[in-house]
Amino acid sequence: MGISQKLWFTASDDVDLLLKGSVDLTTQEGDRRISNLEINWIAKLKKSGNTRSHFNKKFFMNGDSREPELAGILSALVGSILTLSVCFFVSFPIAILAAIYLEEFAPKNKISSFIEVNINNLAAVPSIVFGLLGLALLLNVFGLPRSTPLVGGLVLSLMTLPTIIIAARASLRSVPPSIREAALGMGASPIQATFHHVVPLALPGILTGTIVGMAQALGETAPLLMIGMVAFIADVPSSIIEPATALPVQIFLWADASERAFLEKTSAAIMVLLVFLILMNLLAILLRKKFEKRF
Amino acid sequence: MEIKTDTINSLKLNKNTPIIQAKNVDVFYGYKQALDNISLDIPENKVTSLIGPSGCGKSTFLRCINRMNDLVSICRVTGEIKIFNQDIYAPEVDVVALRANVGMVFQKPNPFPKSIYENVAYGPKIHGLSSNKSDMDELVEWSLRKAGLWEEVKDRLNEVGTGLSGGQQQRLCIARAIAVKPRVILMDEPCSALDPIATAIIEELIDELRNNFSIVIVTHSMQQAARVSQRTAFFHMGNLVESGKTKNIFTSPKDERTQNYITGRIG
Repeated sequence: MGISQKLWFTASDDVDLLLKGSVDLTTQEGDRRISNLEINWIAKLKKSGNTRSHFNKKFFMNGDSREPELAGILSALVGSILTLSVCFFVSFPIAILAAIYLEEFAPKNKISSFIEVNINNLAAVPSIVFGLLGLALLLNVFGLPRSTPLVGGLVLSLMTLPTIIIAARASLRSVPPSIREAALGMGASPIQATFHHVVPLALPGILTGTIVGMAQALGETAPLLMIGMVAFIADVPSSIIEPATALPVQIFLWADASERAFLEKTSAAIMVLLVFLILMNLLAILLRKKFEKRF
Repeated sequence: MEIKTDTINSLKLNKNTPIIQAKNVDVFYGYKQALDNISLDIPENKVTSLIGPSGCGKSTFLRCINRMNDLVSICRVTGEIKIFNQDIYAPEVDVVALRANVGMVFQKPNPFPKSIYENVAYGPKIHGLSSNKSDMDELVEWSLRKAGLWEEVKDRLNEVGTGLSGGQQQRLCIARAIAVKPRVILMDEPCSALDPIATAIIEELIDELRNNFSIVIVTHSMQQAARVSQRTAFFHMGNLVESGKTKNIFTSPKDERTQNYITGRIG
């Protein structure tokens, strides 16, 4: 008691907008979210050097919030990472094995060409349909927990499967037949020829296709809306069966928010999403450059 | 009965028994007949060349001997091909073991895009022919020496096989084939992608290899057949026209078609 201390507080988003000049001061006081009295206080504080602005670290360290000045993308980012991990671990092995089977072992008959046509068609199905499938099958029939990265990842893996299969098959097909002949000719079994020689040569292409598929999944919103990953999540999810949201969905939510200050949050989140997409595509290019072998 | 490496190697044949006996072999690609009633004996430790114009079926016949035609789904083989008196088209035959005993060198050099060492060591590794590293080193050196490549590559065994010249690559493929110690080596126009000097080296090598292996070589070049082989078989339009000692085929052919081919009138 009786001590005077200097404490810093985060200013409300309304103050932020005022300082950035986004508040129209010519309007009636009642039509604004900030009163004349408050504007005078801020002007005084600013004059005496008691306001400061700095890089918004909270944006990367907080979950979502109703208050724009406190809202961050951490929960959405972690949600996205968890969802993508589920998606990767489900779709990558299945897609690779499917591609290897179809390309190297499957007999050329009506059944295999039927499967082939269907995989190509699957790649062209609108993503919202996969969301509906997830809602009907995963949530309602199997009763998996709603709004979770587990369900999101499963739905997204349905979407990325055809992409990876098609890329992997193209990559396997580009391995010259002379390599297979060489291996088989010296008594390697078809499985040995495939896994010792063909797959390692096709791997850079397969990985590139996988990363492109993952990047596609990272930007996907519609199917996640259908399975309820659109909820307001303030806590950072710690497992794949906790409710979570994803980056693009967070962007969608903020873009829809009524408060003016969320506009800036939306822009920032979009930039973060784009940075991740660019990084993933860059990784794909680098991987291909590094491991590509010429025959 | 399965053909196993050790059982085959322990088989001692009568000196005059051919190592490969083909009897009434027909091959169809779909409805198209590629080989018509081929019967041909191939002797041990000799070079047998298959000659004939393009599309005459000589490569098809070669690929029947190690069942590489199995890879072509529309291909159907009837008749009988015996290696060491064992019908290789019998249902119980293990194709993998067969191919370990009947090695193959292809038209275009096709080393694996791995190191020279790994290229040669791959076959012995999958067939479990050597138990430890020093055994394997010895086997690799033996194979490369046999293929006449050791002196050129001994200091760069860890470099990529595809970085060698065309002729060296083909000798690497030969080293890779003999590393498994097969009894028969099939060569499908092994010199057609090589320059004359590399060709001469390979031909010399083939002549040396016949001491240890029986060699069947498909070639477009009659001069090459005359130079490297002791026996020659002439194929024409899916038929085996004539076979016998190389000398006889080239100096006194019995069939008019053979005569026309070796004098350059057909082909």
